[in-house]
Amino acid sequence: MSDTVLSVESDTSSEATEQGQTEQRTRKMTLNMGPQHPSTHGVLRVLLELEGETIQNAIPDIGFLHTGIEKQCEALNWQQVVTLTDRVDYLSNLNNNLAYVLAVEKLLQIEIPPRAQYMRVMLSELSRISSHLVWLGTHALDIGAMSMFMYCFREREELLKIFEFFSGQRLMTSYFRIGGLALEAPRGWEKMVAKFVAEFPSRVDQYVELLDANPIWTSRTKGIGYIDPQRMIDIGISGPLIRATGLAHDLRKMEPYSGYDKFDFKVSTQTEGDVYARYQVRMEEFRQSLRIVKQAMDGMPGGPIQADAPKIVLPDREKMKTQMESLIYHFKIVTEGFSVPEGEAYVAIEGPRGELGYYVVSDGSNKPLRVHMRTPSFGNIQGLPALVEGRLIADSIAIMGSLDFVLGDCDR
Amino acid sequence: MLPEAIQEEVLAKAVDQFDSSAITAGHKQHGDLILEIAADKIISVLTYLKSKEQFNRLSTITAVDRYPAQPRFEIVYQIQSMDRNLRLRLKVRIGGAKPEIDTATGVWQGANWYEREVFDLFGVHFRNHPNLARILMPEGYEGHPLLRDFPTHGHKYSYQNE
Repeated sequence: MSDTVLSVESDTSSEATEQGQTEQRTRKMTLNMGPQHPSTHGVLRVLLELEGETIQNAIPDIGFLHTGIEKQCEALNWQQVVTLTDRVDYLSNLNNNLAYVLAVEKLLQIEIPPRAQYMRVMLSELSRISSHLVWLGTHALDIGAMSMFMYCFREREELLKIFEFFSGQRLMTSYFRIGGLALEAPRGWEKMVAKFVAEFPSRVDQYVELLDANPIWTSRTKGIGYIDPQRMIDIGISGPLIRATGLAHDLRKMEPYSGYDKFDFKVSTQTEGDVYARYQVRMEEFRQSLRIVKQAMDGMPGGPIQADAPKIVLPDREKMKTQMESLIYHFKIVTEGFSVPEGEAYVAIEGPRGELGYYVVSDGSNKPLRVHMRTPSFGNIQGLPALVEGRLIADSIAIMGSLDFVLGDCDR
Repeated sequence: MLPEAIQEEVLAKAVDQFDSSAITAGHKQHGDLILEIAADKIISVLTYLKSKEQFNRLSTITAVDRYPAQPRFEIVYQIQSMDRNLRLRLKVRIGGAKPEIDTATGVWQGANWYEREVFDLFGVHFRNHPNLARILMPEGYEGHPLLRDFPTHGHKYSYQNE
């Protein structure tokens, strides 16, 4: 806790009594944790009101990473906004791309070809794995299992190489576009993904072996951080935290989008609802995501990767050189974008952290009137006070790790 | 009276039966049911939907600024029923010099931060909110950035004369 600053609010530790003797009393104090504390995973500041080492109240202070993304969306045209969605949750940018493009496509009412849908599913599952890997590495690092961090980042590197191979970018991919994908997948992607799919299950077993055999890990996670599931829902917590209490709340099954109903997978749930159960839920999600990736690879349909919507999708380069219409469409799309019919749509997908929803409103012009992001981290951090109340400071580190928040996602 | 477009909707009928003056307008778009609720009825409607219609989850509360149209703001409630696997969008139109609406924190605890965000970015006041303070912008910040008449660039500093 080298970064924390002590600020003693009311010092009543010793007080002279009538007999002139000093009496020891519990010292109540406010501890300022963050915004630069490593276990807050970004710039979250939490004010902890402590009685001894027990947390009586925690007040999260957010907004340090607020960059006005929702405001900027209103100044860009529909397709350009995709690049901003990458920067919301920078650990699972493909999922953010997906939620946004699905919402706009719902307004446009265009049909996405099956190949693009399968690619989207495959890549967003890989993105989920990569996001969970960061969670596992940092969560274990906070609790003292240093080597996990190295192992997880080793595997994440493989995934980033895959993303770079597909889109040319490791982190800010912007690979999903309104109407399909940005590019056709480069030759040789099957080999790359297949290699990862073949190797990764044994890695997951390794992680489980490393952590479950570690008595420090189990004693610091088991039985910690349980609250009533109904209260969790009431506060607005979603994702793996809810599933760890036994509720199969997974939007991939409940409201299948982008063809998720064609895939066979199990919603990963546990019943204990503690930090350890959340860990188990995410470990199972590694395996289920891999199953989806494998099915998507095996059943990958051929055909176009972009919808048949010439006013929205950029035309083929070759056609542009020979056909007048394609040239005109290209010019129009590049200079002024396309307009989206008046209306509004809300699309929620199951992001790695929970319900990731995009609410887009159009007034019929080439720029959004409003883009609202219902980000899972915002909802989950709101539940932090309820989760850490009455616990020890050391437990709060484990609980914060299990929440798996990203401050860029929370502050936008 | 229910608007014609949603007369066959079970949920709209249920809300109408609960309070016949609550729904002011409504329509269905791309499969989503959207109900517009009178500003003074929203809390009772939300309470009814939560307790009687199993809408146990509040996804988000946000606002849309329709400037220069009046009334200017739409407060949008996205709610979900986990048991029935249903979603519903409720809207309230408010305007005036000092836009105000009742808080939904009594219905869902999680409404707290969403309402603070709407207050911070749009300047809409939520009556009886336990802690209506800025959440994303720094304390002491002037203005509400997501208003349509708030500039994207050059709010305080203009570089035009340089």
